[in-house]
Amino acid sequence: MGVELHKDLLESINVDVERHAKMMGMGLEGYKAQFMSQANRPKAMEYFNWFMSEIQGQRIAEINQLRAEKKPAVGAFCIFVPEEIVVGAGGVCYGLCGGSNATVSDAESELPRNICPLIKSAYGFKLQRTCAYTQSADFICGETTCEAKKKTWELLNKHHPVHVINVPHMKRERDLSMWQEEIKEFKERIESVTEKKLTLAEMLKGVEIINAKRSALLRLDALRSQNPDVMPISGKDALFILQMGSMDDVVRYTQNVNNVCDELEIRLQKGISVFPKNTPRLMVLGTPIAIPNWKLHTAIESSGGCVINEESCTGHRYYKDNVNVEGVTSKDELYHRLIERYAKIDCACFTPNTGRVEKIVQMYKDRKADGVIYYTLSFCHTYNVESHLVTEALAKESIPCLVIESDYSPEDAGQIKTRVEAFLESIAFKQKAQTFANK
Amino acid sequence: MFWGVDIGSTYTKIIGIGKEKEITHHAVIPTIFNQDVIVGEYLADKEVKMLVATGYGRHMLGDSHGAPVISEIKAHAKGAYFFHNEVKTVIDLGGQDSKVIKMGEDGGFTDFRMNDKCAAGTGKFLEIAANRLGLDMQTFANAGFDADKELTISSMCAVFAESEVISLIAKKESLANICWGVHESIASRLASMAKKFVVKENDCIVFTGGGALNPFLHHMLELKLERKILVPEHPQLIGAVGAALSGFEVVQ
Repeated sequence: MGVELHKDLLESINVDVERHAKMMGMGLEGYKAQFMSQANRPKAMEYFNWFMSEIQGQRIAEINQLRAEKKPAVGAFCIFVPEEIVVGAGGVCYGLCGGSNATVSDAESELPRNICPLIKSAYGFKLQRTCAYTQSADFICGETTCEAKKKTWELLNKHHPVHVINVPHMKRERDLSMWQEEIKEFKERIESVTEKKLTLAEMLKGVEIINAKRSALLRLDALRSQNPDVMPISGKDALFILQMGSMDDVVRYTQNVNNVCDELEIRLQKGISVFPKNTPRLMVLGTPIAIPNWKLHTAIESSGGCVINEESCTGHRYYKDNVNVEGVTSKDELYHRLIERYAKIDCACFTPNTGRVEKIVQMYKDRKADGVIYYTLSFCHTYNVESHLVTEALAKESIPCLVIESDYSPEDAGQIKTRVEAFLESIAFKQKAQTFANK
Repeated sequence: MFWGVDIGSTYTKIIGIGKEKEITHHAVIPTIFNQDVIVGEYLADKEVKMLVATGYGRHMLGDSHGAPVISEIKAHAKGAYFFHNEVKTVIDLGGQDSKVIKMGEDGGFTDFRMNDKCAAGTGKFLEIAANRLGLDMQTFANAGFDADKELTISSMCAVFAESEVISLIAKKESLANICWGVHESIASRLASMAKKFVVKENDCIVFTGGGALNPFLHHMLELKLERKILVPEHPQLIGAVGAALSGFEVVQ
C-alpha cells in the first residue's frame, strides 16, 4: 500500500510514521466498509478508490517533489483561501486533515473542549504529527471566519508557520477593498516561498485551472439531481469526490470528475439508478464535511434516503461561482475579480448573509428535492444561529427540514440514524397522503 | 397475534394484540445484554403472525428475527393516536432521549424534535438525581408535591446538574425542594421543545414513555404548558403498541 512505500519520505517530513500508518489503516477500513460495499457504483469511481489508497502515500510524494522544485505547498481549512494564486505559482493548495475524532483528545490538552470539532481535530493532527499534508505544508493559511479559528492560529503558529487572511464579516465597499489588500499580501507570501515574482499570466493560468475544476463539480451537481427518478451516483460517492477535490492534483482531478460525469450522462440516458424510484431525495445544508466524516451520508443512505446535493463548503458553496477574467489586463484588476468571486460565498460568517436563504429555497425547487437536513458541527455558532432563519423560511414554504448538530464522535450515530429514519418516514407519509388526497 | 417490541435503553416493552386490536399480552423486561435472545425466548411459545420492532435496539431484532422496524417517532405517534385520536402533540420521555412529535391527520406525524445526545432532559437524569438523594423513583416523584421553595437547577448538562444537586444537599435544602427543582428543569426542557409545535390553545397533548409514569413531572408539565395533558394508562408501552399496530395494518 502507498503509505508503506513512502515511509522514508514520511519520516523526513517528521510524520509519526507508526501512528500515521495505524490511522491510515483505520481510514481505509472505514472507506472499504462504507464505500466499496455499495452496489452498482460508477466504474469511474475506481480512480477515487485508487486515490484513497494513495492519499497519504503517492500524493504526499508528488507534493514534496513540487516543494523540491521550490513550488509552494499551502495547507488550508477554508474555501476563502485563494488557491488560484498558489496553483498559478505552480504549487498546491490543499485541505488539511480535520475530520477525525482520533485526534480530538490530544488537541484538548491545549484547546478548550467547547469549540468546533474541525479545529480540534486539525490541531490534534498537528500535535500528533499524523497528517502528512500538514507536515508537508510550507505554511498553513488560516482565516478569520470564526472566533475559535482566529485564536487557534496563534497557538498553531507555535507548531507550524501560519499566515492569516483577514476575511471581513461584512461586504461593504470598504470591507471588500481591505479584503483585496489581503489577497495581495497572500500573493507576496507565496512569492517568498518561490523566491520570484508571480506574473499576471501565471495567475490567470491558475484561475483557469481552478475555474475548470469548479465547472466540473457544478456539472456533477447537475447530473446528480436532474432526473428525480434516476440517481446515477450515490450521495456518499459524490461527497467523497468533493472531499478529494481539496487534496488531489487539480488538473488530474478535474479530468477524473469529468470522467465520472461522462459515465453519469450515459447512466441518465439509460435510466441506471443506484437507488429505487421514489427514494426520498435530500439536500444537506450547512457546515463542511471533512474526511473521514461520512456519518450523516451513511445514516441517510442506509435508512432508505439519498443525498443529491450539499449546500456546504464541501459542496455547492465552493463550486457555485467562478472567477470572471474576461478583459483583465492588470494584476489589480485580477485581484478585484477574485474578490468579486470570493464575496459571493454565502458563508454564515457574514452579517447579514443576504441571499443564502433564498438560494436554498430556489435550489430545493430546481432539484425537486423531497426534504433538507441542516447539518451543523457542534459549536459552529454562525451556522448554528443561522439555522433558525433558514428553517423558518423552509417552514413557510412547507419544505420538510431536520436539523442535526453533531461532532465527530461515533456515540450519537444511533441517535442520528433514528432521527433520519423518522424524518424519512414522515416524508414518505406526506408523499402517500398527498397521492391519496389527489385521488 | 400481532406483536410490537420496543427495545429501549432501560426497559424492553412487548405488546401482543389480537384480531380486534385488543391488547392481550404485555411485558416489561429490563434491557440487558442479548436482548434479541430474551425477546425470542418470550415469544417462543406464542403465536406470532407479525412482529415489528422499534426503540434504539430495533435493528438488533431486525437482524436476528428478520422483523420489520419502525422508528420510535412513528411508533409513539401511532400508539398515542390509538388511545387518543384527537392528539395533536406527543411528548415522550424515555431513558436516553426525549422527543416531541407533531401529529398529522390519521395517526401519522409531520415533524418532531429530539434532544441532542445529552442526558439532561431525559429519564436518565431523573434516575441519577433520585440515586443521589437515596430515593426510589416512586418516593422521589411524589416528594416534589410538598415543596415550599422554588429551587432552580440551571445546568444544561446532566453531569453538572448532578453537581448542582450535590451543592443543594450541602446547603441543607429540603428533599422536597430539591425534587421540585429537578423536575422543574426537565419539565421546562420538554415544554420548550413542545412549544414549537403546540399551536392552538385547545390542542390535545399526550405524554408517553416511562417518564409519564411520574405524577409530579406530569403536573409540572401541565403547569409549564398551561393546559391539561393526557397520560395513557400504560404510557411506557405506547411505543410497543404503535409497533404492533403498524404490523397489524400491513397484514390486515
